Formats: sequence, structure tokens, C-alpha cells
Amino acid sequence: MNLLGKLTWSAIPFDQPIVMGASGGVILGIGAVLGWVTLKGYVPYLWREWLTSVDHKRIGVMYIVLGMLMLLRGFSDAVMMRAQQAVAAGGAEGYLPPEHFDQIFSAHGTIMIFFVAMPLVIGLMNFAVPLQLGIRDVAFPTLNSVSLWLTASGILLTNVSLAVGEFARTGWVAYPPLSELQFSPGVGVDYYLWSLQISGIGTLLTGINFVTTILKMRAPGMSYMRMPVFCWTALAANLMIVAVFPILTATFAMLLLDRYLGFHFFTVDAGGNAMMYVNLFWMWGHPEVYILVLPAFGIFSEVAATFSGKPLFGYRSMVAATMAICVLSMMVWLHHFFTMGASANVNAVFGMMSMIIGVPTGVKIFNWLFTMYGGRVRFTVPILWLIGFMVTFVFGGLTGVLLAVPAVDWQVHNSAFLVAHFHHVIIPGVVFGVFAGYIYWFPKAFGFTLDERWGRLAFWCWFIGFHLAFMPLYVTGLMGMTRRLQHYDVVSWQPWLLVAAAGVAVIFAGVVCQIMQLVVSIRAREELRDVTGDPWNGRTLEWSTASPPPAWNYAVLPRVAGLDAFWGQKARAKQGQPTQAREYAPIEVPKNTPTGFVNAFFAVVIGFALIWHIWWMAALGVFGAFVTFLAFAFREQEEVEIPAETIAQFDRAHPTEVAL
Amino acid sequence: MRYFALAAILFSAAALAGCSEGVLAPKGPVAAAERLLMLNSTGIMLAIVIPTVLATLGVAWWFRAANERARYRPDFAYSGRLELLVWSIPIMTILLVGGVAWLSSYDLDPPKAIASAQKPVRVQVVALDWKWLFIYPEEGIATVNQLTIPVGAPISFELTSSGVMNSFFVPQLAGQIYTMSGMVTRLYLRADHAGTYRGMSANYSGAGFSDMVFNVNAVPAEKFAQWVAETRTSGPVLDAQSYAELAKPSQAVAPFTYRAVAPNLFNGIFSAAMQPVHPSRLTHLESQGSER
Repeated sequence: MNLLGKLTWSAIPFDQPIVMGASGGVILGIGAVLGWVTLKGYVPYLWREWLTSVDHKRIGVMYIVLGMLMLLRGFSDAVMMRAQQAVAAGGAEGYLPPEHFDQIFSAHGTIMIFFVAMPLVIGLMNFAVPLQLGIRDVAFPTLNSVSLWLTASGILLTNVSLAVGEFARTGWVAYPPLSELQFSPGVGVDYYLWSLQISGIGTLLTGINFVTTILKMRAPGMSYMRMPVFCWTALAANLMIVAVFPILTATFAMLLLDRYLGFHFFTVDAGGNAMMYVNLFWMWGHPEVYILVLPAFGIFSEVAATFSGKPLFGYRSMVAATMAICVLSMMVWLHHFFTMGASANVNAVFGMMSMIIGVPTGVKIFNWLFTMYGGRVRFTVPILWLIGFMVTFVFGGLTGVLLAVPAVDWQVHNSAFLVAHFHHVIIPGVVFGVFAGYIYWFPKAFGFTLDERWGRLAFWCWFIGFHLAFMPLYVTGLMGMTRRLQHYDVVSWQPWLLVAAAGVAVIFAGVVCQIMQLVVSIRAREELRDVTGDPWNGRTLEWSTASPPPAWNYAVLPRVAGLDAFWGQKARAKQGQPTQAREYAPIEVPKNTPTGFVNAFFAVVIGFALIWHIWWMAALGVFGAFVTFLAFAFREQEEVEIPAETIAQFDRAHPTEVAL
Repeated sequence: MRYFALAAILFSAAALAGCSEGVLAPKGPVAAAERLLMLNSTGIMLAIVIPTVLATLGVAWWFRAANERARYRPDFAYSGRLELLVWSIPIMTILLVGGVAWLSSYDLDPPKAIASAQKPVRVQVVALDWKWLFIYPEEGIATVNQLTIPVGAPISFELTSSGVMNSFFVPQLAGQIYTMSGMVTRLYLRADHAGTYRGMSANYSGAGFSDMVFNVNAVPAEKFAQWVAETRTSGPVLDAQSYAELAKPSQAVAPFTYRAVAPNLFNGIFSAAMQPVHPSRLTHLESQGSER
């Protein structure tokens, strides 16, 4: 009976200098930050104001911090892969052996989708949706904090795999039979599965929270057709989360049963069928793409309208297109494996369905174009990201429609062409969108704008670097290069892969510019300070309150009279019409609670214990999580009352242009 | 503008590079039809994508805040005519590409036989960790990591895997198809020109995946017959025992041939999802093996 299950000293790869260097660096980095925070005496402040916060704005900011940090991790993986493929040509083995390279590309995909794109998108929704709806918080504030910290648990477990044990070597999709015990006996796949199970529950709870919030908690007068487009896209994304994340959880649960209890859902023998996993995975996987990209489209819509000084063109079309994509995205999953030998009928139908999604997406592009038409376009950094996105994404969409033609897909499926395609939609679509949203809402969150010059530099580095890094992959894909190659014998691919590596270096310069932008802006925060709460001449409600907004968001709940509510108010105020009276009443805000944080601690314990088969520890973790839940359920005080006088004082100290 | 220059350079370079290898240099009817389809679809879409990009850049620039000559229309948010245009352009494009895609799904369906006066050559393909086994059931021979086929004759493939999923792919001859344990997929292709073409696994399958490559030697019919005769004269025999040996994981295996193959070996492999770890099951299955 081994008390530590499968865990021994041999789990730590002391013999691999790259791994040990990386994990040593990470541990030192975390230690340095923790040490600094402790020495400076910030721990009580962080605990009180952030770690236990249930304020949607702070939870949003913490999600974004998590996402940005993991972007650095995922990007490091990308740098290592590009460096490996740049050198490992014609007999050369490169510097990464297969067992390490295979973990890197698996971790890169997993981290970028689940722990970069998801936290960034969910963070922006957390921050902006309640403000845009004109309300004081989400429907279930404590649940929101639980979601955040469960995501953080998944992230922590994935990163622990760097130093203790290994990560999956199966690709980020972890297709069986490769991911079954028979072919992947190590703990890598278990790290993958438990990390994603834990963070997946957090995501599902977020979905439930936001669907409820958007459907039930809008400001007085905000009918569905007066909601900002970002709220519509958030609604669509969260409906999809609620619809499809349970599929992922169930699928992973079946794979876990195979691996832990000898079931045969997806095994090679005893009637298992691996293609069932592949189907189920993509029934989640394709909507997931739109869970990420729809909120980004929402951000682009806000940016296009604000910086053109015009309402969004074709609001109803945009809403219709968004909801059409929401439904259609769940009917196209089979296009991820046209090569499995399905009948021509099946291929033709799913090919058509996939292309039809191009229609609402195309409509959106034209609507952004006509939003700028007749406007006064201010070339700030967010609009650069928008235009960069528009001119890039249409080509990514083009290659996407190509891949939706089954007979073309057979020629480029699983090739570098495919890799180029999905980066060509996800980087402009999601990453550019998130960056635009980050710069757009940053002054709302912190009260000062971000430096423009570094912002522009970052944009140009990303834009040029992206094309340098991924256009060559289309070429090598057409030359017959498959993805996930640790080395290759065709030397004519190498010049292209060297260009791609150079592209990654340019993107790296962009990342450095973004870090510089943040540092420079924090240092110059007094010059960049925005006291109006409305630095961009905004149109939606979030710009009507102070920056940063108080815990209660709005002293008086705004009454909404139409689309672009704040713009309308500003216009009426200019005409000298009376504004909404400000009568202050005490406001109850949800009380902070460590429930989410403590629960996440036990989630990590459970996950780690299950990965290493330490059964007593898993039981202890479940017990701890349950006690945490009981403590929360029986707490006496759930809300804190803010007296009317405090609110009035804050309001007087932060005059906004228009009182709503 | 920078973007177009870059794209133009890259795509023309791709076209040039594609002249000698890859999917843009087809050597058989299936791959040629797939290339034509790819070029046609791209052409249709570029006709709408390029004007859209130009219009985006043009509109953004003309309506820049500093431009005094541009008319500011702060309330321009709806136009029925434009909405009609905005929805119909993508719909028409997709109808066109979709029509092409729909028809080609049937025309180029992998299991669809290629009409030919010549009798197809049958090849049974097994993806193993990490090499390819090609069985010629009618010739009674087998090869590993090399595929020799006659020019001009349709080749009829039946494909499966011993365990992990792979994807059989010869870009210059036909699109890829998965090999899955317990299942058989089918694929037809034909080489119209003699030559050596690169084949590979296109689906990641573990540590030895990068070396799961093979050459396809397309040779004239008489040379093919000669090659079969020569192959029958030397090399080991592929039976249950030697298959179990072969199925053990190995990487970067140099090509070799088997002079003879036990009958029904392939059926035993795919029908019971015979696994490398339980070689005893092959003999069991062979004893009850029946012709499909």
C-alpha cells in the first residue's frame, strides 16, 4: 500500500534540462511575486479586495490577468515548436525529442483554447456585461467567484504537470485510442482530463450565471432589442456554453471511466468505438469556436460604433446573424473529420451546413463596413485591431469555406494548411478582438487610458508577425506537410518554416510592446487619467458611470429609452431636456466570501490526488469541498448595506457628463 | 496594401513550389479533380473577398475623422436596400461554392470505383505503430513502408489500423482517409504518370509518427508484374507470428517486403481489432476467419 499512489521522485524530470529550467523559472517567478507581495504587506489587501471578491468587475479583471499570464505560457510553447520545426529538417532531430515535443503541442492547444481564450473572453464578459445592462452584479455573484477559481484550479494543475509528471502527448483533442491507457499509460492524459473537468465545471457555471443575468436582470426599459450587441453575443455564447459543455464533461467522464475503471467506451477492444469520442468531442468543439469568437464580434461591434461616432449599422441583422450562428454552430461538427469515410450524403450535408455559417458571418463583416461608412473614424488602437481583423479574417474565412468542401478537405485536413487556417480565424477573430476590448475597457476598469504609441507598435508587430508566421504554413500544407511533425525529411519545407519562425519573433516583439504599454501607462497614469468616465465618447451605459465604477456600479439604476442608451441621454442633455433625478437609497451589495478560493484549493487537491491515484487524499478533498459548501450555505449575512450617504458622497466626488 | 503584396508573393510562391510536389502537383485523376475544385472555390470566393477588403480599407480611410470632405451621417444605421445586398452577396457566393461542394462530394467519394477497362489492383493497408503494412491479396505479397503500383490501373484500397488511428495520405494521387481499428475504410486512386510520390500518415499517432512516411512507386504495368515476381522470390512470410512481431512498436522502419502472406490475415486484423499486445488472438480468429 503506497500512501502516495503512483507519485514518486521519478515523476520529476531531473534529467531534462529544458523542463527543469522552465519549471524552475516559473517557481522562482511565482516565489518572487509572492515574496514581494508579502514583504510589502499587500496580502490582507489582496485577500480582502480581490481573492475573496464577488464583484463581477474584479472577477473579470482576475480572469483577464489569468488569461494574459497563460498567453505567455502558451506562446512560449509556440516559440519552442517553431524553433524545433525550423531546424529539424532532412535527418536533423532538432533539440526537442518526440516525447517532449508531443507534450508541447498538446499543451499549446489545450492552454490556448481553455486557459487563454476562454478566461479572456469570459473576463471581458464579466467586466462589461452587467455594466452594459445597467445593473449592479450578475445573478449569482458567489457562483461567479467559484467559476473563476475553478478555472484557476484547472490552470494550476496543467502547469503542475510541467514539473511533476508529464502532460498529455496526444494533441489537444486527446483522441482515443491514443489517449487510452493502452497507448498512453502515463499521467499526462490524466492531467489533461482532470484539469479540463475541473475548469469545465467552472465554465458551465459561468454559462448558467450569465444566461440568467442577461435574461432576467436588465435595467428598467432595456428590452431585448435595446441590449448592446456585446450583450447579445454574450447571451449567444453562454447559451452555447450551457448547451455544449455538458457534452464535453460527459465525454471526458467516459474516457476517465475507460482509463480508471476498465470501461470500454472508446477502447480498441471489447466493442469500444473511438469515433464516438471524436463525434462527441467536436459536438462541443465546434460551438466552442463560436463561444470564443461571438463575444469578440460583439467587442468589434462596440468598437466600430464608438470610434465611428455612429450607431452600429443593421443592429437587427447583427442580432439575427449572432443567433443564427449560435444555432448553426451546433450542426456542423462532422466537418472536423470528413476523412473518416462517412457516406457522400453525410459529407455533402455537413459541408453545406458549414458553409451556411459563412453567410451570417459575412453579413457581420459588411455591417461593420457600413458602420464606418458615413462616420468619423478615429484611428485609435482599438479600431486598428478592428480593421486588422476585418482584412485578415475574411481570408481566414475563405480557407475555412475551402475546408468545408469535403473533397478539398481530404487534401488538406490535418496539414499545416489546417493549422494556418484555424490560427487565421482565431488570432484575428478572438485574440485581436480581446486586445481591442482590453484597450477599450481598460480606462473603465482602472481610470486611465493605455499608452497609444506602444499600443500601435504592438498592433503592427502582431499584424505583420501573424502573417509572417502563418502564411508560410498554407504553403507547406499545400506542399504536403502534416501537422505535429517533430522532424521531417522534405528539405524544401525548411525555408518556409524559417520564415514562420521569424514571424513568431515579430509577434514576440508585439508581446514585449504590450508589456511595455502596460508598464509605461501605469507609470504615466496621472497624465493618462480619465476623470469623465467616458474617454471615448461612448454610446452604451458602462460609460455613464465613474471609472473605475463603485462596487454598486450605478447609484441610481439607469432608465433606458432606446438603443445606445448613454448616447441618447447625452443627446437629450445637450438639448437641455431634464435628466433622471438622483434620489439616493441604501444599496445592498453581495458580501465577499472566500468560498470560491477555498473550494478551488480542494478542487486542486482532488484533481492532483486522482491524477496520481492517491485515493485518501481525493476523499479528503471531496470532504473539504463539501464542508466549504456547508459553511457557505449556513452563513448568516449575505449582503452588505451601503448607506445612502456614502453613495451620495461618491456620486458628488465623481461627476459624470450626464446623470442618467 | 502591404498585406496584398505579401499575400500575392506567398501565394505565387506557393503555386511555384507546388509544381514539383504536394496537392498542387497531382499525378492522377482524383488528385487532379480535387485541385481543380480547390482552385475553382478559391476563385469564386476571392471575387467577393478582395473587393470587401479593398472597400474596408477605402471606407476606413475616407471616413477618417480628419477628412473634412467626407460627409458625416451620425444617424445612418439602417438601409433596407443595403441590408438586402448584405445578406444576398454571401448567400449567392455560398450557393455557388456549396453547389460545387455538393456535387463533388458524390463525384469524388473515396470508395467510388474509378471507371476503367483495367482490372483494379487490390491493396490492403494496415497502419501499425509506426509503419505502414501493404498487403497485395491477389498477388499474395506484402510490403512495409513502400507501395508499388502500376501506372494507369485503378488501385482499390481497404484500410484499417492495428490500434491507434492514422490517416493514409498520398497528396499527389488522392485525398487522405482515416485508418481506424475495427473498421475498414475504402479509397480508390490511380497514377497516370510513372514516378515516386511521397505518402505519409496525416493523423498524429504517437512518438514515431514523424517517420510514418513511405514512397509510392508508380511503375509501368510490365515493370509492376516483374516487381511482383521478384518480390515472391525472397523475403520473410507474413503470418500470425511475423505479424505479431511486426505489430510491436518500432520507429523509422526501412522498407522491406514479404514473399508470401497467410490468407485472410487482413480480415483477422480488422474484424477483431487484433491488438499487438494479444498476438494469440490472431490465430484464434484466423481459424474461424471467413471471406467477407
